[in-house]
Amino acid sequence: MMFIRSFVFFFGVLATLLLGWAALVGIPDIMISEIDPPDELERYTAEEAFGRQIYIREGCVYCHSQQVRPEGFGADQERLWGRPSVPADYVFDRPHLLGTMRTGPDLMNIGVRQTSVSWHMEHLYDPRLVVEGSTMPPYPWLFEVKRSAGPDEFVLDLPEDRVPEGKVVVATREAEALVEYLLSLDRSYDSPQRVVDNDEEE
Amino acid sequence: MTPESKTKSNDATERAKAFHQSDLMDDTELRVKIDESLASAVALFFATSLFWLLLGSIFGLIASYKMHWPDWLGEYAVLTFGRIRPAHLNTVAYGWVSLAGAGALLWMTSRLTRIPIKWGWMLFISVLLWNIGVAYGTGAIIFGYSRGMEWLEFPRIAGFIIALGFVFFALPILKTFIHRKVNHIYVSLWYILASVVWFPLLYLTANFGHYQGVVEAGMNWWYGHNLLTVWVTPIGLAMAYYFLPKVIGRPIYSYYLSLLGFWSFALFYNWNGIHHLIGGPLPTWLVTVSIVASVMMVIPVLAVAVNHHMTTFKHFHMLKFSPTLRFTVFGAMAYTAVSLQGSGMALRSINEITHFTHYTVGHAHLGVYAFSTMILFGGIYYIMPRLSKWEWPYPSLVKWHFWLTAIGVIIYVVALTIGGWYQGLDMNNPDKDFMESVLNTIPYLYLRSLGGTMMVVGHLIFIYHFALMVKRAGPRRFAPPWFKKPEEESAV
Repeated sequence: MMFIRSFVFFFGVLATLLLGWAALVGIPDIMISEIDPPDELERYTAEEAFGRQIYIREGCVYCHSQQVRPEGFGADQERLWGRPSVPADYVFDRPHLLGTMRTGPDLMNIGVRQTSVSWHMEHLYDPRLVVEGSTMPPYPWLFEVKRSAGPDEFVLDLPEDRVPEGKVVVATREAEALVEYLLSLDRSYDSPQRVVDNDEEE
Repeated sequence: MTPESKTKSNDATERAKAFHQSDLMDDTELRVKIDESLASAVALFFATSLFWLLLGSIFGLIASYKMHWPDWLGEYAVLTFGRIRPAHLNTVAYGWVSLAGAGALLWMTSRLTRIPIKWGWMLFISVLLWNIGVAYGTGAIIFGYSRGMEWLEFPRIAGFIIALGFVFFALPILKTFIHRKVNHIYVSLWYILASVVWFPLLYLTANFGHYQGVVEAGMNWWYGHNLLTVWVTPIGLAMAYYFLPKVIGRPIYSYYLSLLGFWSFALFYNWNGIHHLIGGPLPTWLVTVSIVASVMMVIPVLAVAVNHHMTTFKHFHMLKFSPTLRFTVFGAMAYTAVSLQGSGMALRSINEITHFTHYTVGHAHLGVYAFSTMILFGGIYYIMPRLSKWEWPYPSLVKWHFWLTAIGVIIYVVALTIGGWYQGLDMNNPDKDFMESVLNTIPYLYLRSLGGTMMVVGHLIFIYHFALMVKRAGPRRFAPPWFKKPEEESAV
C-alpha cells in the first residue's frame, strides 16, 4: 500500500512537470521551428555575428529588448519602433535576445532608426556625449587611445577635453563589429504572417 | 475503590510515566544522532552558501549604484552593469538560495524520516561540485563568456557540474526516504521529494535542449520561472510548513488544505513561464495558457496562506521571542503577497504597464528575498545550533540582522513597485519622450540602493555572527537567542 502511494506520488510529480514542458516548449517547438525565414531577412555576416557576441558579452539584453509590441499594447507603435514582431523575425537568432527590460529603448529596428556610425561609436564610448541624462554605462574598453590612427581605423570625433593631448581615440575591432551588428537590426520588411492575416480579413 | 485496585492503577500510571520518559529519552537521543549524522555536511552547505550570499549581494549593490551613477567604476569591463547584474542573479540563485536550501532540506528530510542520513559521504562531493560549478559559471559571466539567456547564463559545463552536484545531493535524500521510520509522510517532505525529482529534469532539459528563435525564448522563460516552481518555492514552503508548527508547538491548521495546496501547485505553477513574454512574438494561445495558469495559482497560494496564517494566528505574541518564527512568518506573509501580486501581473492590462520595468525587479525581490531568503535565515538560526552544539552568542546581533534586512527589503520593494509603475506609465505614453521614463525613475533607484545597502549590512552582521558561532567564540549560552525572555514578558 505504501509502495503504491509512493509510486502514485512520484508518477504524479513527474507527470505535472512533463505536461508543462509539452505545452510550453514541446508543442511550440513542433509548430514554430519549421518556419522559413522571410526573403528579406539575411543571415548575420561573420562581422555582425561577432558583434552580436559582444552584445551578449556586455549584457545589453538586461536593459534593451528586441521585440516590438502591437498596436494597443504599450506605445511601441506610436514611438515608431517598427511593426509588431513575429516568430519569423528570429529564425537566425541563437541565443534569442528578446529581453525583458526596457531601462533603455527597444532595439529591434535600431539599424533603421539610427544609421549614423559615428553616433553609435560616441554613444558606446560615453553615452552622455550624445544623449543627455542617459544612464547607460560607458564601454571605454571597446576603444583604444593611440598616438595616431591606422589606415582603416575609425577615429572618434570627441570634444577636445575628452582626448589626451596629441592622441586619438579609435574603435577596436570589437566596437566596429558591435556597431555593424546594431546597424543590421532591421525588421522593417513586410511581416510574412501579417500578409496572411490581411488575406483572411478580406 | 479497594486498596488493591488503587495500587494497580498507580502502578499503571507509573509504568506509563516510565515508558513515556524512556520514549522521550530515545527521541532526544535520536535527534542528536540525526543531527550528528549530517552536522559537518550541512554546516558546509550553509557556510559556502553564505559566501555566495555576500558576494552576490555585493554584486547586486554595485549594479544598483550603477543604475543611478552610470560612470562609477565605468572603466572596468569586468564590473560593467551587463555582467555584474547576471553575476548577481546567478550567485544568489545557484549559490546562496540553492546551497542554503539544500542544507535545510537535508536536515529536514533526516528529521522527518526519523533516521540518520544515509549515504552522507555523498554530500561532501555534492557541496564541492556545486561550489565549483557556481564559481566557474560566475567567473565565465564576469569575464565575458555568458550564454546570454537570463537564468541560463552559466556555460553548459558549469551547468553540468551543478547538475552532477545535485545528483549527489538527491541520492542521499531518496535513500533516506526509502529507509524511513515513519508511516506518515509530512507535507514538507512532499515538497522536498518533488523538487528532488523536478530540479534535475528541468535543469538538464534547459541546459542541453536545442531550440531556435522564439521557441528558445519560450523555453528560456519556462525554465526561468520553473526554477522558482521546482526549487526555490518548494524550499521556502517546506521550511515554512516545518518551522511554523515546530516553533509554535501546534499542529498545522489543516492536512487537507496542504494536500490541495501541494497538488494544485504542482499542476498550475509550471505552466506560468510564458507570462514573461506577454505582448511578445509568440502564439497568442501559448501566452494565454500561461496567463490562465498564473491566475489559477491563486488556489494553491490561498490554500497555503490559510494553512500557514491560521497556524500562526493567535500565536502572534510569539514573534516577540523567537527569531526563527519571526523570520519565517515574515517570509510566509511575503509568499502570500508576492504570489497574489504575480497572478495580477500576468493579467494583460496590468502587464502592459509593469512589463519591461523595475516593477518586475521589485516583484522578484519580494519573492526571492522577502520570502525565500528570510525563511532561509530563520531556518539557519534554528538548525545551526543543533549542528554545532553551540548557541548563537549574541541575541542583539540577530535583532540587528532582522530589522536591517526586513526594513531594507521593504524599502527596496516599495520603491521599485512605485517607481516601476510610473516608469511603465511614462513608457506607454507616446506624448512623453522615452527619456522621461528613465529620468523619472532615478529617485526610486536611489531608494533601492538605500534598501540594498541595509540588506548587505544585515548580511555582514549575520555572517560575522555565524563565524563566531562556528569558532565557538563569544559567550557560551544555553538557550536560543530569544529577542526577549518569555519570563520578562509574563512579569510585565
